[in-house]
Amino acid sequence: MLVESPEHGAESADPTESAGSTGLLRIATAGSVDDGKSTLIGRLLHDAKAVFEDQLAAVAATSERRGASSTDLSLLTDGLRAEREQGITIDVAYRYFATPARTFIIADTPGHVQYTRNMVTGASTADVAMVLVDARKGLVEQSRRHALLASLLRVPHVVLCVNKMDLVGHSQAAFNEIREDFAEFAGLAGIGSVTAVPMSALHGDNVVEPGTAMPWYGGPPLLRHLETLRVPPPGGPGSAARLPVQYVLRPAGSGHRRYAGSIAAGSLQPGDAVIVLPSGRTGRIAEVHGPDGPVGRARAPFAVAVTLDDQLDVSRGDMICSAAHPPHLGQDIDATVCWMTARHPLRPGATYLLKHTTRTVRARVAEVVHRLDVGTGRPEPDAGELALNEIGRVRLRTSAPLMYDAYRDSRATGSFILIDEATGDTAGAAIIGVDGSVEAGPGESAEDSTREHT
Amino acid sequence: MTEAVTHVGMSARPSPREGADADPPPLPALLESEAIHIIREVAAEFENPVLLFSGGKDSIVMLHLALKAFAPCPLPFPVMHVDTGHNFPEVLEFRDRHVAATGVRLVVASVQESIDRGRVAEETGPRASRNRLQTTTLLDAIAEHRFDAVFGGARRDEEKARAKERVYSFRDEFGQWDPKNQRPELWNLYNGRHRSGEHIRVFPLSNWTELDIWRYIAAEGIDLPSLYYAHRRSVVARDGMLLALTRFLTLADGEAPFEETVRFRTIGDATCTGAVRSGAADARRVAAEIAATRITERGATRADDRVSEAGMEDRKREGYF
Repeated sequence: MLVESPEHGAESADPTESAGSTGLLRIATAGSVDDGKSTLIGRLLHDAKAVFEDQLAAVAATSERRGASSTDLSLLTDGLRAEREQGITIDVAYRYFATPARTFIIADTPGHVQYTRNMVTGASTADVAMVLVDARKGLVEQSRRHALLASLLRVPHVVLCVNKMDLVGHSQAAFNEIREDFAEFAGLAGIGSVTAVPMSALHGDNVVEPGTAMPWYGGPPLLRHLETLRVPPPGGPGSAARLPVQYVLRPAGSGHRRYAGSIAAGSLQPGDAVIVLPSGRTGRIAEVHGPDGPVGRARAPFAVAVTLDDQLDVSRGDMICSAAHPPHLGQDIDATVCWMTARHPLRPGATYLLKHTTRTVRARVAEVVHRLDVGTGRPEPDAGELALNEIGRVRLRTSAPLMYDAYRDSRATGSFILIDEATGDTAGAAIIGVDGSVEAGPGESAEDSTREHT
Repeated sequence: MTEAVTHVGMSARPSPREGADADPPPLPALLESEAIHIIREVAAEFENPVLLFSGGKDSIVMLHLALKAFAPCPLPFPVMHVDTGHNFPEVLEFRDRHVAATGVRLVVASVQESIDRGRVAEETGPRASRNRLQTTTLLDAIAEHRFDAVFGGARRDEEKARAKERVYSFRDEFGQWDPKNQRPELWNLYNGRHRSGEHIRVFPLSNWTELDIWRYIAAEGIDLPSLYYAHRRSVVARDGMLLALTRFLTLADGEAPFEETVRFRTIGDATCTGAVRSGAADARRVAAEIAATRITERGATRADDRVSEAGMEDRKREGYF
């Protein structure tokens, strides 16, 4: 939310316009417990003047009651009773703020290994992952695990936040060592664009303001960097059209049936030649209706309802696709899975419900191909099974065909979840690879070179 | 074993509107589409959804989005008002007018009936409120009508426990929320699996802020109860808030009503919803006021959140909105 100081007010700007021209930025935090993620978010919100007076008064009162000498800014996001009692983050908290340059959604995710699945929840829709590292400890297993997950989920940018620099005497050498460590790991794990920033969330150095403690650092503070990051458009530029059908509308009278859904990739306009899968029937788009009526064209990720020039048999779970560039169609799926239930491990032979776009089918685990070593990003063959929070490559056989793309080409048609039928729990999250390539797997060269501000 | 791989083709396709695709999508349109996606998904996957409609701005926006999601067809589920009996008359009038204009089916669940049947006991004293009693009425109505999905207009920016909640929030057979054990929720893949007697609360406005709501109301020209805009009224100052003088409010010793130009930032039970001093007479002016405010919506106006630091979390665990 745009919150300006009363002196500046909002009279000059049109209050009905959203702030910023660089668009929305979705951020997920990552890193180990006690690296200061919640404190950093609190500092960012506070110094960007996005904390309301009553919120600040409430956390100041709590801090004082606990005998703290200064206001504990982590209390701004740790919203559950159990979190405040234990001083840890258990589940994702979403925070919203805006600067004159941009609107932000921050998912503050937990650092504990047992809550990794909640970190994955926050990272799945993120444009940037802020990986926090305690300058005294350097990279630990959880920072590597989170960076690897961010890479697998193809979060486009990673910011390595080397925090608690005040506790290592603001040493440039300490910062460089961690930065180089991470660059080596990023290369192994196929992590793309990385920027490193030395900071102290507690004191506010290099969060919103540069501060004076680290004159050797020549880059912008964290917020400035986040304000200027460029985000690839959803669905990928120039992607082929994909419309998973969610719901069929049957207008009373003579109107054609409308196929409602959100465009997963590409764009649609009247006259486009399309193929409806899995039936394989072809036709043309007759009309595209947006939320306010007919439009000339609509693109991902917007919600639409389309009519076709022919009365084809189309129902929920079908996909209306570019006829020239249809997706893969098949029942044998090769995917990288993050396992998220403690109830039992993922093993060959087990069956689950699989939800992919608007289509839910049954899936049997054919093979666990390997498990990724989260410390190195390297595969360990002959894993046999995946336990809670483990990541690995799995082959599945589905009860009906899926229409899918590689996750690297299209997040929305390249991802699915596995649901435990007995409990209803979401047991796993998966991203689809094609042609034997594992998403961002080891050995795959990073597209962007690692970049640091020094 | 038919593995029919058709074609791998996501290569760049020349488009006359390539430039437009590179532009970031505007935030209001993104939020609108996200909400419509969620609402359609629920209508497709659940047997018996219901949309909670209080006559407050968030539920009015949510209903507006739901009508858009299914246009030109009618709304495929009813709306439900949990009626505390302590309503502002303007809100009840608005509710009935709005229901008639939109043609939706209205279910009313009455807190007064829950009291009369002995399901809950009325609080007493000057700070008595029916706010907490609503939970029982709501859960009874969900069971009675066998609703399996319940749309709520809650937003994550409202309150710190709400900031933790999923879009699809699972409720057990007692209607309870277990915040330490929520289902992971990735991308826009929502898991609505539940057993008979359990239900899912669905929050299509999760990612909207108070300012987003007002900008949308202004842009769409959405009609709201008059209470949301500046008007003169008799109020009582209590706990740093201005409470409306209504027949439901019991004055404490030394409290003296006075006239003030106010508007309401939230509308709930008349006994625990405060007004703020304001001259904002239309949605654009309210949006400008919200953009400059230094106090949160609930902090300024809701006595129910001042019970304790975990007031909202505790009520939500019990099954509150």
